[in-house]
Amino acid sequence: MFMQSENIPLFPEQASTFAWQVDYLFFYITAICLFFGLGVVLVVLAFAYKYKEQKKFASPRNIHGSLVLEFTWTAIPFVLAMSIFVLGTIVFHNLYSMPQDATEIFVVGKQWMWKFQHGTGQREINELHVPVGRKIKLTMTTEDVIHDVYIPAFRTKADVVPGRFTYLWFEATKPGKYRLFCAEYCGLNHSGMGGWVYVMEQKDFDSWLSGTDADKTPVQAGEDLFNNKLGCASCHAGGDTQRGAKLEGIFGKEVKLVGGNTAQRDEQYLRNSILNPGGQVVEGYQPIMPTFKGQVTEEQLVSLVAYIRSLSPDAASAPSTGSGNGTGTETESEDKAGDDQGDK
Amino acid sequence: MDNVETNNGGQQEQELNYLNNGHSVRSWLLTRDHKRIALLYVLSVSFFFLVGGIYAGLLRVELLTPQSDLFEAATYNRIFTAHGVIMIFLFLIPAIPATLGNFFVPLLIGAKDLAFPRINLLSWYLYMGGAGLAVWALMQGGVDTGWTFYAPYSTTFSNSYVVMTGLGAFVVGFSSILTGLNFIVTIHTMRAPGMTWFRLPLMIWSHYATSLIMILGTPVVAITIVLLALERIARVGIFDPSIGGDPILFQHLFWFYSHPAVYVMILPAMGVMSELVANFSRKRVFGYEFVAFSSIAIAVIGFLVWGHHLFVSGQSFYAGMVFSILTMIVAVPSAVKVFNWTATLYQGSLSFDTPMIYAYGFLGLFLVGGLTGLFLGTAGMDIHLSDTYFIVSHFHFVMVGGTVMGYLGGIHYWWSKMTGRHYSEFWGKISAMLVFIGFNLTFFPQFILGYLGMPRRYASYPEEFQVLNIFSTLGASVLGVGYGLPVIYLTYSFFFGKKADDNPWKLPGLEWRTSSPPPTENFKETPIVTWEAYDFSEDNGIEIERTPETEVQPSS
Ligand code: HEC
Ligand SMILES: [Cu+2]
Ligand SMILES: [Cu+2]
Repeated sequence: MFMQSENIPLFPEQASTFAWQVDYLFFYITAICLFFGLGVVLVVLAFAYKYKEQKKFASPRNIHGSLVLEFTWTAIPFVLAMSIFVLGTIVFHNLYSMPQDATEIFVVGKQWMWKFQHGTGQREINELHVPVGRKIKLTMTTEDVIHDVYIPAFRTKADVVPGRFTYLWFEATKPGKYRLFCAEYCGLNHSGMGGWVYVMEQKDFDSWLSGTDADKTPVQAGEDLFNNKLGCASCHAGGDTQRGAKLEGIFGKEVKLVGGNTAQRDEQYLRNSILNPGGQVVEGYQPIMPTFKGQVTEEQLVSLVAYIRSLSPDAASAPSTGSGNGTGTETESEDKAGDDQGDK
Repeated sequence: MDNVETNNGGQQEQELNYLNNGHSVRSWLLTRDHKRIALLYVLSVSFFFLVGGIYAGLLRVELLTPQSDLFEAATYNRIFTAHGVIMIFLFLIPAIPATLGNFFVPLLIGAKDLAFPRINLLSWYLYMGGAGLAVWALMQGGVDTGWTFYAPYSTTFSNSYVVMTGLGAFVVGFSSILTGLNFIVTIHTMRAPGMTWFRLPLMIWSHYATSLIMILGTPVVAITIVLLALERIARVGIFDPSIGGDPILFQHLFWFYSHPAVYVMILPAMGVMSELVANFSRKRVFGYEFVAFSSIAIAVIGFLVWGHHLFVSGQSFYAGMVFSILTMIVAVPSAVKVFNWTATLYQGSLSFDTPMIYAYGFLGLFLVGGLTGLFLGTAGMDIHLSDTYFIVSHFHFVMVGGTVMGYLGGIHYWWSKMTGRHYSEFWGKISAMLVFIGFNLTFFPQFILGYLGMPRRYASYPEEFQVLNIFSTLGASVLGVGYGLPVIYLTYSFFFGKKADDNPWKLPGLEWRTSSPPPTENFKETPIVTWEAYDFSEDNGIEIERTPETEVQPSS
C-alpha cells in the first residue's frame, strides 16, 4: 500500500476485514495527536521566540489564569477523547463479538509451537491454511503458559490462556502468506513461536484440505512433513543461524549429550529425538525443541526418520525402511528449506 | 537571608553546611539529614540507571541483526528482564521522589527536615537491601520472566531466580511506602508559618499525589509478590489453573499497582516541570490550582484504569469498555497540565539555561508519550498494538522521556543549591540536546515497528524489521552519550566547579533563600511566608522585597 518501499516496509499489509477499520481508527487518532502535538509545539516555539528574555532577571507581569481557558482546554480534549473512545469501542465490538456463521478452527498453544485443527480433522503445526472471504473463528487454549495469537496483517490478536478458552475471529480478504506471531512472552523460545497463515482461494483451499500423501515415498512424505506440516525446518534449516541442531550428515555418528552421555544416532535415537527431545539434548544446544508425542502418527514418524536418514547419504548402510533418495533430493530439500527461512 | 553576609564575597572562611558538617563515612551512612540521604539516593539510583542502561545497550546491539548472534535466547530473555526490573524498581520509581523530593520537599516548604528522619534513613537501607537481593539474583543467573512476572510462567515454568528477585522488589516497595508516608506527614504538619496549601510550590502538590499512590498502591504489589512466591514455593493454587488458580487474577493484581506506578514515575517529573517552567519564565504557573488539582486527579483516576493492560487477555467486553473510557478520562488532566505550562510561557521572560532546555525536551517527549497513550487506551486500536514495539516505544517516551528528562532537568536546576557549585553550561546544553535527539532517534522507529507488528521481547525477529532496528540502535548510541556526559561534567563540577551564589537566578522559592549548600538545619531562622508561590513581582531581586530583615543583596 502507501508508504511502502521495497525493503523497508513502513505500513503493514491489509488482509482482513478489520484491517481498514483499525487503520482508519489509527489515522483518526493520529490526526488528533498531530493537531494537539503540533499545536502545542508551534505555540511553545512561538512563545520561546517572542518572549525570549530581554533583560536578565526581569519580572514580567503576573497572570494568574483564566477560567474560560481552563474550561475550554479541559472540554475540547475531553470531547475528542470521547469521540476516540466511541469509534474505538465500535471497532473493539466488531473484533470482540464472534459471528454465528463462522468456520471454527481449534488452536492449542504450547511452548513453543502452535497446533491447529480444522473441523474436518486436518491438523497443522505453526501453519494455518484458511480460505479467503470466509469468517473463521479460532477457539483457543494452551497446554502450559499464556501465549498470544497475533496476525498483524489482520490487525487482530488474542491471548491464549491456560485453563480456559479464548476466541478470535477474522475474515481474510486477500490470498497470500501472512506472519503469525506469539505476542505474549512465554519463555525461552518465545520469538521462535511463529509461523504463517496461508490465505487461499476457496478452490485451492478445498484441494489443500483433500490433499493426500498417498503417492509419495516415505522420504518425500518425510520431507514434506519436515518442511511444511510440522515446522521442523523453522529450527533445523537456515544454515549458520538456525536454532536447532544440524541434521545433515549425522546419521550413524556418535553424539555427545548434555549431561555427559553419548549415544549412537540410529533410527531409535531419531525417534526418541522427536518424541522425547528433552530426554537427550545434544550438547551445545538449548532444550527448546518441543515434543511431538501425540502429534505424529507412527506412519509419519517412519517418514521423518527416513527423511532425516536421507540427509546423510554416505552413512553406513542401515537396515530396512526405504533407502535414501540420494544427493539430489538432499540438496534440493536443503535449498527449499533455506528458501522458506529467508522468505518474507 | 541572614547567611548572606558571610557568603557575599564567597571567599570568607568556610561556613558550616550539610556537606562539610562531618566527613566520616559514618556521618554519611548514619545521617538523618534528608539532604544527605537524598545524595545517597542520587548515587544509588544513578548507579542503577547506569546498570540498567548497560543492559539496554546490550539488547540494542543484539537487535542489530534478526538472528540471535551475541546471546542465545535464554540470555536475551534474562537481559531484558534485568533491564526492566532494574530500571523500574531501582531507578524510575525512586528516581525523583527519593532524590530531589527528599532534598527539596522540606526546603520548599520551609521545614528543617522530613517528619521522620530515621524512617527516611531506613527507607534508603531498605532500598539498598532490596537492590542487593535483586543484584544477587542477577548474579546467580538472573530471571527470565520479564519485569511483569506473568503467571503461570513465573510460578510454574520458569527455572530462574523469580522468588529472589520478587523479594527484592518487595523490600524496595517498603522503602517507597516509607518515603510516601514521610512526605505526606511532612507536607501536612511541617509547612513554615504562612505556607498555606495554595502557596505550596507545585513540586509539593505532585509529590503529595505521588505519595498517595505509593502508600495505597505499593502494598498491593507486595501482596501479589507474596502470593506468587506462595504458589511457586508451596504450590498453593492461586494463579496456575493446573492447580486451581486463575492466571488473569495475577494480571489484575499486578497492574492495579503497576499502572499507578507509572504515575509515581511521571508525577514528580511533572512537579519538576512546573518549577522549571515557572522559574525560567519568571512567572507564576498559569492556572496554579488547575495544575495542582490535576495531579490529585491523575493519582485518583489512575487507580481505575489498570484494565487497559488486559484488553487482549480475555477480559469481558464491558470491562474493556469501562477501562477504555476511564483511560481516556485520565488523559485529560495531563493535557490540562501541558496547556497550562504552555500558557505560562506567554509574556514571560524566557531563559534558555540548561534546566529549561530539559523542560522543553520534557514537553516534546511527554507530548509524544502521552498522545500515543490515546492509541493504547482505545480498545479497538490496542488489540493490534498490545505487546508490540509500539507500546515499548510509548512507555519509554512517557517514563524515560518524561521521568529522566524531569530528573536531569531537576538535578541541573538545583545543582547549585545541592552542591554550591556551577556546572558547565556549554556541556549541559549539549547533553540536553543529545538526549532529546538520541531519544527520538531510538524510539520513533519503534512506533513504526510496532504498527508493522513486531512483537516485544523477541530475541530474534523477521528480516523485514532489521532496517528500523538498526536506526533504533544508532539512536540509542547517541542517547547513551547524552546520558553519559552529565555524569562526567557534574562529577567534575562537584569537586572543581565554580562556586555558586545562594540564588544565582534570583528566584523567589524558599530553597533559594538559604545558603548553597544549605546548612544542616536548612534555614538559620524559620522562614515566614507572606507571598504566593512563584511571585516575581519585583524587578530588583526577590530577597530584598520579600524578606525585609535582609539588608544585603547577594551580587551575581
Ligand atoms: C523449536 C525448534 C525445533 C523444532 C521445531 C524442531 N527441533 Fe529438532 N532440535 C532442536 C534443537 C535445539 C535440537 C538440539 C537439542 C536437542 O537435542 O534437543 C534438536 C535436535 C534434534 C535431533 C537430534 C539431532 C542430533 O544432532 O542428534 C533430531 C533428530 C531432531 N531435532 C529432529 C527434529 C524433527 C524431525 C523435528 C520436526 C518434527 C524437529 N526436530 C523440530 C530444535 C527444534
Ligand atoms: Cu510466546
Ligand atoms: Cu497502564
